[in-house]
Amino acid sequence: MSADVPLLSLRAAFARQFLRHFKALMSSPADMANPLLFFFMVVTLFPLGLGPDPERLSTMAPGILWVVALLSSLMVSSKLFASDYEDGSLEQLAIAPYPLSVLVLGEVTAHWLATGFLLAVVSPLFGVMLGLPQHGLGVLCYSLLLGTVCLTLIGAMGSALTVSIRRGGLLMSLLIIPLNVPVLIFGTTAVSEAIIGGNPSTWLALLGGLAMGSLALVPLAISAALRVSLDN
Amino acid sequence: MWTFIHKMGSPPWFFRFSGTVVKWLLPLTLVLLAVGAAWGLLVAPPDFRQGNSYRIIYIHVPAAVVALAGYYVMAFAGAVSLIWRIKMADVTMRAAAPVGAVLTAVALVTGAIWGKPTWGTWWVWDARITSMLILLFLYLGVVALFEAYENKTAAARACAVLSLVGTVNIPIIYKSVDWWYSLHQPASIKFTGESAIDSSMLYPLLLMIAAFYCLFAVTVLLNMRAELVWSHRESGWLQQLVRKA
Repeated sequence: MSADVPLLSLRAAFARQFLRHFKALMSSPADMANPLLFFFMVVTLFPLGLGPDPERLSTMAPGILWVVALLSSLMVSSKLFASDYEDGSLEQLAIAPYPLSVLVLGEVTAHWLATGFLLAVVSPLFGVMLGLPQHGLGVLCYSLLLGTVCLTLIGAMGSALTVSIRRGGLLMSLLIIPLNVPVLIFGTTAVSEAIIGGNPSTWLALLGGLAMGSLALVPLAISAALRVSLDN
Repeated sequence: MWTFIHKMGSPPWFFRFSGTVVKWLLPLTLVLLAVGAAWGLLVAPPDFRQGNSYRIIYIHVPAAVVALAGYYVMAFAGAVSLIWRIKMADVTMRAAAPVGAVLTAVALVTGAIWGKPTWGTWWVWDARITSMLILLFLYLGVVALFEAYENKTAAARACAVLSLVGTVNIPIIYKSVDWWYSLHQPASIKFTGESAIDSSMLYPLLLMIAAFYCLFAVTVLLNMRAELVWSHRESGWLQQLVRKA
């Protein structure tokens, strides 16, 4: 590092990394729409497979929506670091004079805005399609908002572990599905609880706790995993 | 104490040390297994409700207990290898993963075999069973990740990261599955639980648990020795040992 380049503050470094990634995502809106389309299509498959009985669909809706959200987050996370790894910018990040975990968090935040956040915002629409009762929709949106934070971070960790492996996509799913179990349980329980008129706040609080905990810890794991991948 | 730990990090020293340990531990394990199995399967009284089918706990419970402990052994070794970059910790971790996976699978299969006559079904989505299944997935993930990496040093570190993340997650998974179970189906199955297990059944069980711990240790040590022989097949100290033998 030459001495005449002033160091950015951590916040500025984070912001730069965030903006860089966010602009890249914005430049290809089709890539942002695809996960939503995937979500839409898989949701359509369930009534086709289970039958159109609205009663049954509405009781299953929380589980269906959450499982599909989990799957689509697996799909979009699997390639998170691939292009950075291939064009060498990951190595530049690793030798940059900033903590890799902060830079990575910038990138993951941008990724979350383009995928998890978007998914959570449009999820009530899919909830309506599956006959989820009115008072469950808000909780669905809220629980996905918190839950996708965890899903995206854990997915990023899986992606970082497998980025140097050819055909790492499927392996990544195997690694992180078990880690996502608590998120799925808390999320579906919150929504189911809301549907039957109970109080979902316990479960939302747990989800929020998981989200905060993963925000604090998972970036460290991601950066360790990225360094391992660069050595491979 | 510290010299001992430092010595453990050296492959030639570890190879000799583990050789001595295995020489004593292997017979001990076999004796414990034989005595525990004979006691549990033949001597212990049959259960008044389940008859003889309960005897599978002498395999099932020890396997489950050691499978869980094995994950922590693996994760601890992973942490040591990440922090201090000790080669032997890598070897320990990669040796423990398949053994733990097999023990978890044994616990699940014996549970299913016991469940069929007792509960009338092979599989129930019970909290403990589901947690064990997820533990199996975690183990298999570590094994699969290790196999996928070309560079085995990097593979060991990647597995260390994964198993550490898993360790943080395991209590959360257990708790969440517990809550999930209690919410979704109010206890339909009561383990014979409440009435404490009689000492005539408990002692052989404890003996079997001790035997399984020894078995785990011996298997991991043997695995590690095999790994050492393979990775040091070119080194002088190993060839000297072979020539001496």
